[in-house]
Amino acid sequence: MTRNLTLGAALSSLVLLAALISFVWTPYDHTSLDIPNKLQSPNGQHWFGTDHFGRDMLSMIMVGARTSIAVALVAVGIGMALGVPLGLTAAARKGSWLDEMIMRGNDLVFAFPSLVIAILITAVFGAGAINAIIAIGIFNIPVFARITRGAALSLWEREFILAARVSGKGAARISAEHILPNVANLLIVQGTIQFSLGILAEAGLSYVGLGAQPPTPSWGRMLADAQTMVSFAPHLALIPGLAIIVTVLGLNLLGDGLRDWLDPRIRVARV
Amino acid sequence: MLRYMLKRLMSLVLSLAVASVVIFAVIEVAPGDPASFMLGVNAQPDTLAALRAELGLDTSKAQRYVNWIGGMLRGDFGTSYTYRTPVSQMIADRLWVSLPLALYALILSTLIAFPAGIYAAARRGKPGDLAVMGATQLGIAVPNFWFAMMLVLIFAINLRWFNAGGFAGWEDGFGPGLKSLTLPAIALALPQAAILARVMRSSLLDILGEDFMRTARAKGLNPRQALWRHGVRNALIPVLTIIGLQFSFLLAGSIIIEQVFYLPGLGRLVFQAISARDLIVVESVVMLLVFAVITVNFLVDLAYAAVDPRLRGRT
Repeated sequence: MTRNLTLGAALSSLVLLAALISFVWTPYDHTSLDIPNKLQSPNGQHWFGTDHFGRDMLSMIMVGARTSIAVALVAVGIGMALGVPLGLTAAARKGSWLDEMIMRGNDLVFAFPSLVIAILITAVFGAGAINAIIAIGIFNIPVFARITRGAALSLWEREFILAARVSGKGAARISAEHILPNVANLLIVQGTIQFSLGILAEAGLSYVGLGAQPPTPSWGRMLADAQTMVSFAPHLALIPGLAIIVTVLGLNLLGDGLRDWLDPRIRVARV
Repeated sequence: MLRYMLKRLMSLVLSLAVASVVIFAVIEVAPGDPASFMLGVNAQPDTLAALRAELGLDTSKAQRYVNWIGGMLRGDFGTSYTYRTPVSQMIADRLWVSLPLALYALILSTLIAFPAGIYAAARRGKPGDLAVMGATQLGIAVPNFWFAMMLVLIFAINLRWFNAGGFAGWEDGFGPGLKSLTLPAIALALPQAAILARVMRSSLLDILGEDFMRTARAKGLNPRQALWRHGVRNALIPVLTIIGLQFSFLLAGSIIIEQVFYLPGLGRLVFQAISARDLIVVESVVMLLVFAVITVNFLVDLAYAAVDPRLRGRT
């Protein structure tokens, strides 16, 4: 459905835009305290209200978008950079001990949910955004390795790969020149989905204090701060929550839309 | 089947062994010595040495690993650095909160997802289907801990139907304990239900396109009978896998939800342990969680092979 694609792209770019604009302009300084104006509900001066220190919520949401996007994006990058080559290698050497080792390694990493990895890393090195990135990134590696291997395996059976082999190309070169471009669409779609999962994971980790530390604003932290005040200032919890929902929903719709749009079989069926 | 089971069992043991080495190695790199952390900076060297000996920290890394694993196999998880009580006892107490919570959420999520998924599949493309799919799209996007806060705001603070947090315990019978786990379980279950409903729908749609469904209709069953007798039953196979996988996600997810409701479960234990640098507790809880995930996946694999004999040949 192109409707998914349009809506998803619109929501995602809205959040991306807010994050980018926050580098040059925010309505207020997100760190400046204004105690007399604390806990204001959304109004003309402060569209999203103010928090318990009188900080402008809209400014904090905009800067918080930066944290969310940066953590999730780098985590997807780690997952792709390590997972895709592993998947390509496993497919090229199908059935070998290398394939077996890569796939068993994948299974093993899958047994460590990103929250558990984050707990381990934090226990050892202390909390921080970098640890959240590593934790989510590690969990992304087997996701990309598996999906790449699965798609690559069926490609290796095709005639054009046989032709490339006959022309003398080695497995590495075939993987890079012929397999990779053909799995790229799939990786883009999966990347979008992992990106949205990364946003959720980052929010969860910073909510329990394992992610970005103050003063870096993050949506999860804002929710943690709001928890004790939700009874008299519900906007403190509502607004960061809605920001997360809009972002994740946007990315999921974008992923679905891209999948339909990039998959020629579905496009033909629709016509 | 026996050969398949043995092979899977071996890979289970191997996975657990490798996972334990990884966890042990990560905790070992942790800077700082637990003994000096416990005694503070002014501790006398001989007191420190005595405590190190008592905690078994004066032996080699390999020896400590063997002690840790050997102890775990006997149910002895060591002694907490901060509380000086057996870790196994601390974990057992907390499991009585975390495990029922995860199970409760699993049941709720299944109860919501099955009807929703079947309803949507039976009305493919119609408004009912679109409504369910829209709701699941939203359900996947909602962070469960935020949803938990909204539940507290509505049902605890405004309507006063439930307590905003805390755990009543199981001493006064089933009711009070279950009641204090209800909001947390709903918060945990809903996002999982959204995923499960989508799996149920797509699995059922695949089945509905099969030849045997047409045969069922041709022999005179009406659409409803065909759907329930032949469709739903066959669609359950992939759904069961997802349910198995979800259990481990729910157990891990309960760690975060426990923070919202101040529940004294594994999550609280592990966060307290992190801030107190009680690494032996962290190590044991993480190992337990990973053990649960690996074992559940193993059981799902076995159940899958029992249902679908074709899978036994593959590994």
